[in-house]
Formats: sequence, C-alpha cells, structure tokens
Amino acid sequence: MTENAQSPHNAMLVAPIRRRSKMTRLWRALRKAPPSAWFGLIVIVVYIFTAIFAPLLAPYSETELIGGAFEPWGGKFILGTDQLGRDMLSRMIYGARNTVGIAFLTAILSFVLGGALGLTAAISGRWIDQLLSRSVDVLMSIPPLIFALVLLSIVGSSVPNLIIIMAVLDSTRVFRLSRSVAQGVVVMDYVEAARLRGEKLPWIMRREILPNIMPPLVAEFGLRFCFVFLTISALSFLGLGIQPPTADWGSMVRDNAALITYGDITPLLPAGAIALLTVSVNLVVDWFLHKTSGLRE
Amino acid sequence: MNDNVKTPGGARTKGDVLLEIRDLKIEGESDEVWRPIVKGVDLSLKRGEVLGLIGESGAGKSTIGLAAMGFARAGCRISGGSIMFDGIDLLTAGDEKRRRLRGSRIAYVAQSAAASFNPAHQLMSQTIEAELREGIRGRTDAEKDAIELYRRLRLPHPDEIGFRYPHQVSGGQLQRAMTAMAMTCRPDLIIFDEPTTALDVTTQVEVLAAIRDIVEQFNTAAIYITHDLAVVAQMADRIKVLRYGKAVEEAPTREMLANPREEYTKSLWSVRKLGKQEQPGGDPVLRVTNVTAAYGNAVRVLNDVTVTVPRGRTVAVVGESGSGKSTLARAITGLLPPMQGEIVFNGKTLPRALKDRDPDTLRRIQMIYQMPDTALNPRQTVYEAIGRPVEFYRGLTGAKKDARIAELLKLIEMDEGYVDRYPGELSGGQKQRICIARALAAEPELIICDEVTSALDQIVQEGILQLLMRLQRELDVSYLFITHDIATVRAISDEIVVMFQGRVVQQGAKTKVLSPPHPAYTELLLSSVPEMDPDWLTNLLARRKVTPEAMKAGDR
Repeated sequence: MTENAQSPHNAMLVAPIRRRSKMTRLWRALRKAPPSAWFGLIVIVVYIFTAIFAPLLAPYSETELIGGAFEPWGGKFILGTDQLGRDMLSRMIYGARNTVGIAFLTAILSFVLGGALGLTAAISGRWIDQLLSRSVDVLMSIPPLIFALVLLSIVGSSVPNLIIIMAVLDSTRVFRLSRSVAQGVVVMDYVEAARLRGEKLPWIMRREILPNIMPPLVAEFGLRFCFVFLTISALSFLGLGIQPPTADWGSMVRDNAALITYGDITPLLPAGAIALLTVSVNLVVDWFLHKTSGLRE
Repeated sequence: MNDNVKTPGGARTKGDVLLEIRDLKIEGESDEVWRPIVKGVDLSLKRGEVLGLIGESGAGKSTIGLAAMGFARAGCRISGGSIMFDGIDLLTAGDEKRRRLRGSRIAYVAQSAAASFNPAHQLMSQTIEAELREGIRGRTDAEKDAIELYRRLRLPHPDEIGFRYPHQVSGGQLQRAMTAMAMTCRPDLIIFDEPTTALDVTTQVEVLAAIRDIVEQFNTAAIYITHDLAVVAQMADRIKVLRYGKAVEEAPTREMLANPREEYTKSLWSVRKLGKQEQPGGDPVLRVTNVTAAYGNAVRVLNDVTVTVPRGRTVAVVGESGSGKSTLARAITGLLPPMQGEIVFNGKTLPRALKDRDPDTLRRIQMIYQMPDTALNPRQTVYEAIGRPVEFYRGLTGAKKDARIAELLKLIEMDEGYVDRYPGELSGGQKQRICIARALAAEPELIICDEVTSALDQIVQEGILQLLMRLQRELDVSYLFITHDIATVRAISDEIVVMFQGRVVQQGAKTKVLSPPHPAYTELLLSSVPEMDPDWLTNLLARRKVTPEAMKAGDR
C-alpha cells in the first residue's frame, strides 16, 4: 500500500472526482450477474408489471360471472372458468396485484417496525434491550400461523387487519436479525466517535449503523417477502385470508381443488404462480448475498 | 538449561542448503483480476540459519513465508518459480506429500497465537497433535517431551501449564506454547510470522529470548518475518529487505545494520531518529485529579490517577496493555464515568457522564483512534466524515462547508480529490489523516490520541507524527498521547506519564522520566524497548534481574 498523502500534490489543480453514479454501478453489477439471478429478476419484473397493469391486461373483470362453471381451456376463456364461472386468466392477473401487493406492504411494514426496534435495542442496551427482546421472545413462542388464525378470527378478516397482524408477527424475526447485526456495528469506534460528538439516537441509527447493516437486511427482506406471501396464501386457502370475491392465488387453489380429481391441472396454475415467484425471489437474494458476503475480499 | 546464549551470526553450525526458492511469483485475486503480489524473489536458507524477512505491510513477507511451506492463501496462487525443500520440489510434490511435511519437517508460528489455538482443547493435546498424527512418539513420551520444551521455553510451571486451556494463559505464554508446538517434531525449518508483534514490549523480550534459545539448541533453520528492525536484528543471521513483492537487498545482520546500501533500507533505518525538543508546560488545559474508575463492579481499572495536560503541549501516557491507558481516555471523554475524582477542563469541572455534557464541551475534547479502519464509517465518504462535525458544531452548510472541508484537507496534506472516496479506497495512513481532520473540524483544544500510530507502518507513522507536531505548532492544540511505543514518546512528547496496573508510576518532563534513576517499572519498560544493536538482547538478559512476570506477580 502506498502512502500517497506523503508526496506533495498540486492541491489547487485537482478537480473533485465525481464518482460513478449509483445507476452505472448497479448496471455493472447486473451485467456480471449469473443467469439464475437474471431469470429471477425477469420473473419479478413480469409479476410487478402484471400487478400494476392488471386492469389493462385482464380480458374480463375480476369478479363478474361471465360463463358456466368449470369451463375447459381454450376458446373464449384461455384458461377456462372457475367454480362460479369467472374467467380464470383474469383472476390470475388480478391475483398478482392482490396477493403480491399485500405481501409487499406487509413485508415493508414488518421491516420498518422490526428494524427500528432492533436498532433501538442494540444501541440502547440495558433494560430497553431486555424489555424488547423478551417481548419478542413471547411473541415468537406461539406458532405464527396459529397465532394469526386466532387473531384474525377475533378481529375479523379485513385486508388492513391481515396486513397489520402479519407485519407484527413477522417483525419479530426482523427484530432479531437487525438487533444482532447492529450489535456488531454498535461497538465500532465510529459509532463511539458519533456519540462523543453528541449525536442523538436517530442520527446514529440512520447514518452510522443502518448503511452498514443493509446487505443482510435486504437479503432477509427477500426471504421474508416469500414467507409472508406463502402465509397469506395459506391463510386464504384456510378461508381467513383475503376474502371473496377478491381474487387471490391461495383461495383460487382451494376453490378449484376439486378439478384435480378429474385430471384437470387448472388449480395448479395459481400454486405454480406462487412457487415461481418464491423461487425467483430466492434466486435474486442468493446472488445478492453472494455479492455482499465477505467472500470477495 | 543451556544458558550459554550466543549472539546471532555467531558460532552456530550451518550446514548445506535446506530451502532454495528461485524466482518465486505469487498472484492474488481481487475483483476477478489476478495481480502480482510477489514478483520474482530468490531465497536460500542453510540448515541452522535464521533469515529475517523485513518490510512494510503489503511487501509480501507473509506470503513468501507461507510459500516456503508450499502453501498459498485462499485467493492467492503460486504462478511461477520453484521451491526446493531438502531436495523435494514443494510445488510438484502433491497435496498429500506437502501435508505430511508440514507440521513434521516444516512448522509455522503465527502472529496471533490466541486466534490460532483451539479454545476448546487444552494446550497439551494441541501441542502434541502433529507428533501423534505422524506417529513419531507415543502419547506418554510426547507429553514428557512437551513438558521439557515448555521448560526450555521458560514457561512458568511447565509440568502443569499444558493442561490449561488457551484462555487461562497470557498472550506471551501462548506464543511460547505455539513455539513448543512447532518444535515437537524437531522440524528442519520453522517460519515465524511476526510472533511478537501483538505483545507488549516487556513480554516481547521474554518471547524473543525463548525463541532464540530453542532455535539455537536444536539447530533449526528459521525464517523470521517482522516489520520491526530492532527485533530482527536480535534474531537473524541474515536480513532480507522486501518492498512491493521484490527483494531490495540482503546481507548478514551486522553488515546490514552497519552499512545499508539501498536508499529504501536507509529510510527504514532513519525513521527512529525523529525527535523534538521538550518545552516547559504552561497553564493546564486539563487536570485529572484522583480519578478511580471500574467497569461494572469489577476490579478498579484506574486507581487514584492524577494527570495534568498543559495547553499546547503533548503529554504521553505510556504503559503496557491492561495498564489503564485507554480507560483513562474513556474517563476523560465521559464514556466511562469515574467513581471518584474530578476532571477539570479549562478551569471548569466536567460532568462525569457524557450525556450531561454540553455540545461545546464535547467539541473542545476530540479523540483519534488506534484503528483508522474502525474509526471511519465504511459507508461514509471523506466528505461526509469531515463534513458532519463542521455542520454539527459550526452550523456551516453549502459553499461555506465545502470551503472548510477543503481547508481541513489541506491541513492534513491531502487534496480535494479525495472528498468522494470511501475509507476502503484509502491507505492506512490516509485514513488516519482523515480521522485527524475529523477531530480538527471541531476546532478542539485537546485531542486524545489513543495509540494512533501503532497500526501503521513505520514510514507512515513518521508522517503522521510529523503532521501532529506541525498541527500543534500551528493550532496550539494539546495532545494526550496514549502509546506503548517508547520511540514515539521520545519523538513527540513534552511530558510523560508512566502507568502500570491502573496507577501512575511516574510523571514528569520527558528528559527527567527518560533519564536514570528510574523507578523499577519504568526501568523495566524502558530497557525492554529493542534497540538496533544485534547484541542488545544478549546484554539485556545478562543484566536483567527481575523478569516482568515476577514483577506482575509481586504487584509492585
């Protein structure tokens, strides 16, 4: 390592170097990404596109009864109709919007909640840490699916309730992760330097610690998103998730499950949509983890 | 025990060539590009000879040391040259053959013994592991032999120390236990990779003496890697200077010390000559009176400590690890509120805890840390790191903030081109300069420097020390300079405070503290600092009556 600062510089002549922008660095990273990550990214982009433009893409309405029950594939209805005679393809497309959208909102909320509390616990330590950590232990000691079922049957199954309950239950995992990674950063000298400077808690959290724990949190976000997504589908399948007539993939599997008996694979389509998204998110997360893990140095 | 200590380069029996490295090239990978680390180095070592490899960090010393065992670290590869060990070509020998050589005929002693021992096993089982694996001795004989080695390495209680776990012995003892481990198979070659760098000077003397004796007794060839010239002068028969993966020069130790040929070698030699005239103290900026502090309810780390820092002067706090130097800094900054005593700054008594101090007081006392790597946030650019205190304390924004940052960068002899760099894109010395700039941004009256140069190479150290001295002249800032390095103390201080086990042993003007007569501990500390004289260790051991271990056990 050379010690450039030793040599005299033309201090006046050197113009400030502008760094490569975030976009170009992102693009460079993407170009080097393996095919699996590309596949995952493309699938995710297609899902997001479908979710946003659902009304334009879907040939029919989400809830309208337009044909007979269980019509076969082809003709007027590309993927047939469901048990009430609604267009399967349209419901698949709207399902992307409902299921993925709700899962995304829930994951974001659980990260804001769990992350903020986790960082507070790591920085403050002492009784605040004890109080938060033990409360989280209590919440985690109850199996989340059963807990969610109980709560939903008490407060009633509406979309806001669903999001809040799922987010709170899921934030316990985020809390644990962010607390433990933040504890490694809190002991660093630069955090001590910020304290000695007289910085307040929010600044230390946001500017000194958060940027350093982003990689594991982002990776965890991908995984959490999948779990939330699967849990919502599971809840819908059990009848306590997203309520009819709103289309969502979980309840679509349940409603059409009988068709399997007759060798019709239609009920597998929403299940396949769930599986494909889950796998794709994991492929991207794997790539991201590999990129940000210490393996490169 | 053989007390007949010989001087290096003396009458040791040297046999035929044991290790012959020709045109060694090693490459390392970063960002999927292979870059040369070692660029064609030749090296030859006779039986029973000790070769010192010296150079700054990044010179390729350790990489060559490992290559002598036919090993390349993960992310490195040996891309050219040949390594012949006693007639065996290590590069073509095959993994199994190399594996059998290592441990039995070639051994390795790492810098951090604490990180190299398995904490879950006793020292003994780890010491004799290689022997048992190779089937050289049975367990009973091996244990007997290990105890004999412990004795020769002058470990206390050699009969029982092997049955302790690594955390139950001190760092210096662990380093000697690791040397014993390397010796069990009576290897032909041992590679010592900075074995004393992590130790205190007083402990270092013991370990150096033990290593030197045992290598001599068994007539083992050794490669001794270090960045400390004075240390290598005690240990090696020959010295090889490396820089940027190339050999600079090589000569027998005495010849090299007396008569270095290359400019680079001379610059290494001259670093220790930095010095400053001591100036008498003025009015005190900081007065610490009878401070006692402890972590939790444990033993007192600081005991009745009184220290005064005069304005515009440098007070050096010296002592070995565990003496309470850094705790003193934490007490002054308020991170560890003292149990008793008073801290007076600018004539006003400071509140004990950090949270009770007002921002203006915080601004006036700044801190610079030992490890610039952990002192700078890796996700903040130079601009953000220096800009924040400017904004926080002075409320400057926009063009005024930019101008101030440019001014600060100029003060630390760096240019504006660095503002958008992240710490990972700077060298160690540059990072430390940024830390200095961050402290200066607050326009402090007192800067606490906690071992600020000990993580840096010698030449870089000199630059940082000169910078600090210049800043003091220009800005009249006072330093409380915590260090364990006596050479640094000589170079920059006006006054010295010697600490031992949480107490102040001696304090006063530099010349007074550094000239005899000394209190016992100061004497021990000062005499333990290696000198560039190849006979220093031999003479010291002959002269010394008290060992550091005896002194610590006696608790003064």
